[in-house]
Amino acid sequence: MVNAGNTAWVLASAALVMLMTPGLAFFYGGMVRSKNVLNMLMMNFICLAVVGVLWALFGYSWAFGDDVFGGLIGGNEFAGLGSTIGHLVGYESTDPATGAVTPWPGGDALPTTAFVMFQLMFAVITPALVSGAIADRTKFWAWTAFVAGWVTLCYFPVAHWVFSFDGFTGPDNTGGWIANVLKAEDFAGGTAVHINAGAAALALAIVLGRRKGWPRERMRPHNLPFVLLGASLLWFGWYGFNAGSALAAGDLAGLAFTNTTLATGTAVLGWLLVEQLRDGKPTTLGAASGAVAGLVAITPACGFVSPLGALAIGVIAGAVCALAVGLKYRFGFDDSLDVVGVHLVGGLVGTLLIGFFGTNSVNPAAPGENGLFYGGGLTQLGRQALAAGAVMLYSFLIALILGYLIKATIGFRVSDDAEVIGVDETEHAETGYDYSGLGGVGGLGSTRPRLASSEGPARATAGKEN
Amino acid sequence: MKLVTAIVKPFVLEDVKSALEQIGVLGMTVSEVQGYGRQKGHTEVYRGAEYAVDFVPKVRVEVLADDTLADKVVDAVVEAARTGKIGDGKVWVTPVDTVVRVRTGERGSDAV
Repeated sequence: MVNAGNTAWVLASAALVMLMTPGLAFFYGGMVRSKNVLNMLMMNFICLAVVGVLWALFGYSWAFGDDVFGGLIGGNEFAGLGSTIGHLVGYESTDPATGAVTPWPGGDALPTTAFVMFQLMFAVITPALVSGAIADRTKFWAWTAFVAGWVTLCYFPVAHWVFSFDGFTGPDNTGGWIANVLKAEDFAGGTAVHINAGAAALALAIVLGRRKGWPRERMRPHNLPFVLLGASLLWFGWYGFNAGSALAAGDLAGLAFTNTTLATGTAVLGWLLVEQLRDGKPTTLGAASGAVAGLVAITPACGFVSPLGALAIGVIAGAVCALAVGLKYRFGFDDSLDVVGVHLVGGLVGTLLIGFFGTNSVNPAAPGENGLFYGGGLTQLGRQALAAGAVMLYSFLIALILGYLIKATIGFRVSDDAEVIGVDETEHAETGYDYSGLGGVGGLGSTRPRLASSEGPARATAGKEN
Repeated sequence: MKLVTAIVKPFVLEDVKSALEQIGVLGMTVSEVQGYGRQKGHTEVYRGAEYAVDFVPKVRVEVLADDTLADKVVDAVVEAARTGKIGDGKVWVTPVDTVVRVRTGERGSDAV
């Protein structure tokens, strides 16, 4: 039987998560130079279009269909989404008082279509996250081809590994190996979304190479208000991402919401503290980056840790990521907007810290063991590390192979000239801003105004007629 | 005729304008420019990476004046723009051959 309250929350959450991709576009768009802002926005926005198509055709089915091969990938039964209409998702449930069993999909089912749309938004934002690593130098259609290839070969299978639980999308359906066999805990996508995107970002930064002039020439963010606005939209949408992942409007959603808020706050403080001690000033970019680092780190943990655990995870993630964004200078890869330093590192921090801070007291339905600090030993930490490592390695390899394939065929990078001119003009034939200081009435391309009071343009003799 | 060009700190513009109006200057051209002198630029930090901003924002004020008025214009600008700190800017005077008022075609001092 469908639970109307839960369905309403999942649909609202899907819309919240949808807003994260445009939010991310502005977070990234503000960080590039003004000649490249539209291309950056477009690399994110196109994911909404492309991934939506593939999700309907086969993506949802490969992620959430009944497992066809060793917990690695789902079957084709939901391809085209026709068979999701009028279909439900849920679990067989047992009444604790009477012991009466309600067969699948239980008493609190969701319409499959609501779940399909909620999960789609995760599939959209994951490749969008990757785009920050290759800002300012990427061919638009080559990027679009990469998005299509990478979600097909990497995201859809990995979503199956992590998010597809046994007996959820069908009474006898088998899900993915990380969720059901390994029993690593990932509440909302620390592995499937953030480590996945971060590893692919590292691969593409290597495939495309450095921007011209990097790192000798510093490339200053052109619009920090955009960056903070984007980060704020991400934070807002992230409530759908994390609290929505409870798939029910209840205790667990409230806990995830609380933990998301707390960890993000302490991550901002952690990042700013590092900046104050190292650079002498707390920056706007640091506050925005710290918020995102905290959101990333609490994503896998938000349904498995206490509020105090969330405070700790946030501050650790904020400080660690603030230090990690300097690694690219040491290793010489131009991860332009620090996707590795924030999403890969933040995702690893959150995923691994579940092995320390995880406690089943806050979530009796948690699949894993208690963490190290709650008497669970090292078991869960080992599982978390294995899940993180598997996703990281798989995503890195797929992105590397796909990246080199695109580079060798249609080319992945714009010409040197185009990079100097700016990809807004060369890839899109547009300019982000009309910087005219003439109040919009003058400048190139404007025409001479014809005023009603005069018969024609004033002449040099005007005023001297008599 | 002379062209008085002044490069000054942006926030003194209103003071410079009032001072010029008081000595009878009827018009001026103002542009936002960037540059550096002994003040040099400053350093910004983005995610821990230092970014040297060599060129700092300044305002350029240009005033056409009769030969007799030029020195008074210079004095007025210098007095209004001075804060006493490094980076206050510079003022210089260049001779001008011809000035034409576009609307009427008047030339020379009449056009100033």
